[in-house]
Amino acid sequence: MSTLVARLKNTFPLKRSSKLKRMDGFQLFLLIMLTVLSVFMLLPIVYIFSTAFKPYQELFLYPPTFLVRNPTIQNFVDLLNATQSTVIPVTRYIFNSVIVTFLAVFGMTIIGALAAYPLSKHEFPGRGFVFASIVTSLMFVPEAVGIPRYVVVSHLGIMNTYMGHVFPLLANSAGVFLIKQFVDGVPNELMEASKIDGASEITIFLRIVIPLAMPAVATMSIIAFQAAWSNTETSNLYMQDESMKTMPFYLSTITSGLANSVARQGAAAAGGLLMFVPNLIIFLFQQRRMIATMAHSGIK
Amino acid sequence: MSGNLETNLNLNSPINSQAHVSRVRRLLTEMWKHRLSYLFIAPFLICFVFFIILPIIAAVYLSFTYFNTVQSPYYIGWLNYQNLFSQDTIFLQYVLPNTFRFAVIVGPVGYVASFFLAWLITQVPKTIRGFYALAIYAPSLTAGVAMSVVWGVIFAGARTGYLNSMLLQLGWIDKPILWVTDKNYLMNIMIIVSVWAAMGLGFLAMIAGILNVNPELYEAGRIDGIKSRLEEIWYITIPSMKAQMLFSAVMAIVGTFKAGAIGVELSGQNPTPEYAGQLITNHIDDYGFIRFEMGYAAATSVVLLVVIYLANRLGYRLFGTRGDE
Repeated sequence: MSTLVARLKNTFPLKRSSKLKRMDGFQLFLLIMLTVLSVFMLLPIVYIFSTAFKPYQELFLYPPTFLVRNPTIQNFVDLLNATQSTVIPVTRYIFNSVIVTFLAVFGMTIIGALAAYPLSKHEFPGRGFVFASIVTSLMFVPEAVGIPRYVVVSHLGIMNTYMGHVFPLLANSAGVFLIKQFVDGVPNELMEASKIDGASEITIFLRIVIPLAMPAVATMSIIAFQAAWSNTETSNLYMQDESMKTMPFYLSTITSGLANSVARQGAAAAGGLLMFVPNLIIFLFQQRRMIATMAHSGIK
Repeated sequence: MSGNLETNLNLNSPINSQAHVSRVRRLLTEMWKHRLSYLFIAPFLICFVFFIILPIIAAVYLSFTYFNTVQSPYYIGWLNYQNLFSQDTIFLQYVLPNTFRFAVIVGPVGYVASFFLAWLITQVPKTIRGFYALAIYAPSLTAGVAMSVVWGVIFAGARTGYLNSMLLQLGWIDKPILWVTDKNYLMNIMIIVSVWAAMGLGFLAMIAGILNVNPELYEAGRIDGIKSRLEEIWYITIPSMKAQMLFSAVMAIVGTFKAGAIGVELSGQNPTPEYAGQLITNHIDDYGFIRFEMGYAAATSVVLLVVIYLANRLGYRLFGTRGDE
């Protein structure tokens, strides 16, 4: 803890020292409490990283250790070896995952933001009903809709295509709800003023609504990425063609049924890390937009 | 053209229907005026209808059928619902009370914790905010791993489990306790772990919401005589981010009522030991995927939907602005 503060001080010398001096005792106390809590909350991330580098003996230590003692990359080698024996090369799964995640995240975010704007600012007939349906749809558990959704996908003829991966994810009710709540905070005067200046709806959307609701759009892209990247459902249900399945599905086949076996536990841990790192990167990348960019100047 | 149509209709229809027609026409012109709004919302709406609304309607239909996922479903009326509320003693005796107890504690505690932590994070210097946000969000980011690994080790039933070994060393207990498979402890452990993992999407929305509050408001508040931080939160921060507070409240309610994986993950069994940690979602899984009584599972889902809906009405009462309802 003290070393962390020291390191942070070194990294951001000017800002840090000035800010710390301005903090009173109570704030410092809160900061320390928050740091202790944070370390505890971070344990799963630490665990994912350290387990991936554990040699066999350490993987089966009981109780498990959080930190690896003799790091090795053997697990990653095992993962590569495990993937060489299959007909479909692992690169194919990765390629599928990247394509699907890319399309789904962009699709979800753009479609969600487009829908949130009129839901918040336009008084079109049916608005209340549509919004109520979106919120109510959040309340239904996915278990019961699995079979009907399968029927829909098969009738649309998008089985074994990338569309079959992407389309079922596109309508993200939580995301639309989130962005709509933020667009509510965009002052109407701002939009009316630009309308008088001759701006079209699409200009207002792109130049005013999106920049001001950026924290929400960034937040949505984080959850959209998480949902799409680690999604095994579409591969499981809608893809019979092995070459159309994605990375998380493939990793789940390595681990499933092997829960009690020694073999490939290391490879599974390495795979877990590979799946987690993109999530982490997207979060770190997008939280900047979420936390740092606030357009306060002259609005509200 | 439109005048012609009106007179034509006038000739062969009473006044009543004329009013009706003009109302439809007004609606249509109103809709045409907003055609751009519909264009904006169309891509979402199409996906929403196909992949969310249609399946939900189908599931509601299935709840009135007997459906074992192999043969085609046949209509049995309200029988599933009748059985659920009159014969399913497990549902009435364990599942329903468990779900309410879990939700009533985890929902509000998680909600308040999310807000408090989000607020704390906005108080630390900008440069290190990201670290704290990541840390608090970590349980949600790592999803299942967190639950089974971190807490599994702490609450392991053997002498070597962290909590057991600590309590044994302190001399507070004589023999190790089977934390997650004992019906007396499972529910409380589920609640603790769920609160720990409650900082999800709602938490992120709150951080963004707090940072979105215009700082000039705080200055104005100070001039108007706001003294403490608490007053600042109560009179400025929360009223300025009602939209985000409402969003998080809905997500907290929905999330806690739909929770289910946790008891099974911790104890490693479905059903959980003596149904101590059985929640509605576990019950749905149990019937839908273990006994393959999809119709019954669908009926249970519809009941859950109604429960969540009612809880949300209460939430709106508490947090919503008048315009939202």
